[in-house]
Amino acid sequence: MSHDSVEKLVKMANQIGAFFGVQKIGAAAGMAEHLRKFWAPHMREAISEHVSHGGAGLDPIAIEAIKILQAERAKGAA
Amino acid sequence: MTLIKETDYGTPESASANMVTLTIDGKSVTVPEGTSIMRAAMEAGTEIPKLCATDSIKAFGSCRLCVIEVEGRNGTPASCTTPVAPGISVKTQTPRLAAIRRGVMELYISDHPLDCLTCAANGDCELQDMAGAVGLRDVRYGYDGANHVFARNEGEANFNWKPKDESNPYFTYDPSKCIVCNRCVRACEEVQGTFALTISGRGFDSRVSPGMDEAFMESECVSCGACVQACPTATLTEKSVIEIGQPEHSAVTTCAYCGVGCTFKAEMRGEELVRMVPWKDGKANHGHSCIKGRFAYGYAHHGDRVLDPMIRESIDQPWRVVSWDEALTFAADRLNAVQAKYGKGSVGAITSSRCSNEETYLVQKLVRAGFGNNNVDTCARVCHSPTGYGLNQAFGTSAGTQDFDSVDDADVVLVIGANPTDAHPVFGSRMKKRLREGAKLIVIDPRRIDLVRSPHIKADYHLPLKPGTNVAMVTALAHVIVKEGLVNEAFVRERCDWDEFQAWADFVSLDRNSPEALESVIGVKAEDIRGAARLYATGGNGAIYYGLGVTEHSQGSTTVMGIANLAMATGNLGRRGVGVNPLRGQNNVQGSCDMGSFPHELPGYQHISGEAARAAFEADWGVKLDPEPGLRIPNMFDAAVEGRFKGLYLQGEDILQSDPDTRHVSAALANMEIVIVQDLFLVESAHYAHVFLPGCSFLEKDGTFTNAERRIQRIRKVMSPKNGFGDWEITQKLANKLGMGWSYTHPSEIMDEIARLTPSFRNVSYAMLDDIGSVQWPCNDASPDGMPIMHISGFARGKGKFVITEYVPTDEKVGPRFPLLLTTGRILSQYNVGAQTRRTENSQWHPEDVLEIHPHDAEDRGLIEGDWVKVASRAGETTLRVQITDRVAPGVVYTTFHHPLCNTNVVTTDNSDWATNCPEYKVTAVQISKSNGPTEFQEKYRELSERARRVASTIDAAE
Repeated sequence: MSHDSVEKLVKMANQIGAFFGVQKIGAAAGMAEHLRKFWAPHMREAISEHVSHGGAGLDPIAIEAIKILQAERAKGAA
Repeated sequence: MTLIKETDYGTPESASANMVTLTIDGKSVTVPEGTSIMRAAMEAGTEIPKLCATDSIKAFGSCRLCVIEVEGRNGTPASCTTPVAPGISVKTQTPRLAAIRRGVMELYISDHPLDCLTCAANGDCELQDMAGAVGLRDVRYGYDGANHVFARNEGEANFNWKPKDESNPYFTYDPSKCIVCNRCVRACEEVQGTFALTISGRGFDSRVSPGMDEAFMESECVSCGACVQACPTATLTEKSVIEIGQPEHSAVTTCAYCGVGCTFKAEMRGEELVRMVPWKDGKANHGHSCIKGRFAYGYAHHGDRVLDPMIRESIDQPWRVVSWDEALTFAADRLNAVQAKYGKGSVGAITSSRCSNEETYLVQKLVRAGFGNNNVDTCARVCHSPTGYGLNQAFGTSAGTQDFDSVDDADVVLVIGANPTDAHPVFGSRMKKRLREGAKLIVIDPRRIDLVRSPHIKADYHLPLKPGTNVAMVTALAHVIVKEGLVNEAFVRERCDWDEFQAWADFVSLDRNSPEALESVIGVKAEDIRGAARLYATGGNGAIYYGLGVTEHSQGSTTVMGIANLAMATGNLGRRGVGVNPLRGQNNVQGSCDMGSFPHELPGYQHISGEAARAAFEADWGVKLDPEPGLRIPNMFDAAVEGRFKGLYLQGEDILQSDPDTRHVSAALANMEIVIVQDLFLVESAHYAHVFLPGCSFLEKDGTFTNAERRIQRIRKVMSPKNGFGDWEITQKLANKLGMGWSYTHPSEIMDEIARLTPSFRNVSYAMLDDIGSVQWPCNDASPDGMPIMHISGFARGKGKFVITEYVPTDEKVGPRFPLLLTTGRILSQYNVGAQTRRTENSQWHPEDVLEIHPHDAEDRGLIEGDWVKVASRAGETTLRVQITDRVAPGVVYTTFHHPLCNTNVVTTDNSDWATNCPEYKVTAVQISKSNGPTEFQEKYRELSERARRVASTIDAAE
């Protein structure tokens, strides 16, 4: 995946994080569910890989949410 | 089939629940209190002669033809203005009445041309009918005296005579045939609300006068057709009737323009469409229309329409006309080859909100069951996807909560980011009618839209916010409602999640969310925000209407949820006169969303990851479905630019013109190996297509559309498809080339499948729609007659959900290089990308897109009215002519996007809504400077358009 498109995904993830981050109830879980429901698998994989490489540019809430997805996948694979 | 003739009851229906019984011509009649004697008689089957009365407008009592006698009362009152009373006895025909009527008709006819045989209204003239009804046999006065009929009287010029006004391209005004019944004037006032017509002069000098005695085209007339429809003679007549003659049969169908979903009678002579007349029983429009639905149907037989399939190996070649079989085989082979080479997920489709439910359903079925992925999206992505997301979060359904009729009970109308009089004109007229009756009005819009100030309407508050600050505005309104104790706590406790409400109330109460703190961000005085909030919360039934000015922002979904918060907090949900009402852009936006056009949802908003929903479709379709969401339109473009997405089937959707950031879209399309365009014309996107499949218009096929009120209505085939097939047949043929083995023989069978698989459509069928006209989903065993008002006793999701709406400024900010904010919208006479309306006479009203700019900003730049200017943004630049107006605030400029060569979307950016990727059309930072003419991009684009539209002559093809 090109640098440009990862940058785009980071921007989108931070935008989503800006909404869920301020919710008092279930912020990171809410964002994880949003990504699961609306992002195509390829987009989720690309952002997940970016997080595995340090997640530069991503806000903490976004990293937390993507880590929830990673944990779920690890659990599913196990 | 026969010509549908609706009964004219003469005066409007009375809404009273008290019934009154009287006797008319010896028959006992029971009608609601307040009904006119004229209407009561008609309901009992007796037609009292009339000329100035018609049931779309209030009684006027001027023609004196409808006189009656009431036992025990003096004189001969007009039956149109005399209400029924208990126990009275009415006679509609006596020797005295007959003599009076004949005398009245004699006077009318003495000043009317006697050219009935060559008159366009011959066979459809109420004056002619009434002359017959009253037994007029002689006109004793002769025709020699003063008159309005002849240009010259005995060789002398007749100054009472006026020539025909043919300035309007769709209808003529012939003053010599006018009987001054005032029906046109009253229709313009009461039904349309434009007040463009009046009567000038008095007595014999009385004349219908558009504006200040101007030609129709120069007056304020918006060409809605209400006057033409109301005219009892040939004074106002459709030019098509003058050219063709009277229609002989008709069918009821639904307009294919905006989301109001007006129903029309398509009046035909053979397979030729004579005219479209709004249908009185249409539940969305109640017999009214606008310039587009009423008149702008000529595109269907425009010379640009392509009727034969065409293909080409690569997009630099000219098109080659081929047989259907060759085109479809070529398309299927390419799709198969691309999937074999780049993987299952490398192709997808975009469904059209202009096509029918059945057709969009088939395209998404083709993608899911045929392509084997979920890469299907629809143009709702770029308009109302935040509505679907936001309202589903808040209430549990992705749709508006009310029917249009609900506005009649609204006390406070809050319009935010919508321009109903231009974009949803028939509903706009309806809203204006309610406002003239006294409902209060709040308009939140950067621009002073017509609704803010128009005849007999003035907004109580116009909050001209800076583009991009909707969330701050909605939160500031909420702040006032919470802090000033205006919350409807009983409603919230009963209907909503209390913990979520409290978290929200704490958030909006923060000082930083007060109107005073946000004043400088929003650009509106705090006191006005407070006043508007108080009015909405305390003014009685509060109804919110919103449009794309809400959704097409980086925080579009947040604003939708913020609006839902306001409605829940004030208890403005679940009854008539209130609600959250998205005004949908296209005729079938609601339907295309309902039909599973989104990559994450099966029909009926059933998420693709749901085992049970997927199992039902898998069983019915006999295939395994992918449980993961597919690509949305912007994701498709990104993937295409990266080379992972290689094939696209476009069903009547012109993404190159309508989607933002034209350069990015072009790059994406140019990277694909198979682009299939199914459309009426070689639209802009077809520049990059390999296969062109000619589509057909809504007049040429059967189907259903679903309007903004969730109303499912039939479209009916009134002529054979000029291209040979309905769009549903074309999709089926393509699917079968891909081995799907479909065998639908009529769209009704597709609807049966939809009903079988979609819980909210369970009881819908063509037989039902033919029987009751229309139905608002959900329509199933729980609500067999559909549901006009939703969430009456509880929300679909259970408890209503309050969410915290933190304002996040868009990345698109003004600065020294780009100091102005550009926002975009529509105009009445044109429609979206203009593919249809530009190919009609509507272009006489709006020949090109112009840039509205405030006088201060214009002066700073040395601009005068009509100057060419360059509009530059971070994404690109284009040129337009300027119009200097204070409708826009300083710092804001505005334009429309109806014309491809204006290239408005070259300057819009790829910013998008966080939840749905709906593009941020409404905010682009730009600079405006003087220019000599088109930009290099526009010149290149013009060349590309010409080159890409070349079609090889048949001789070339044979060589």
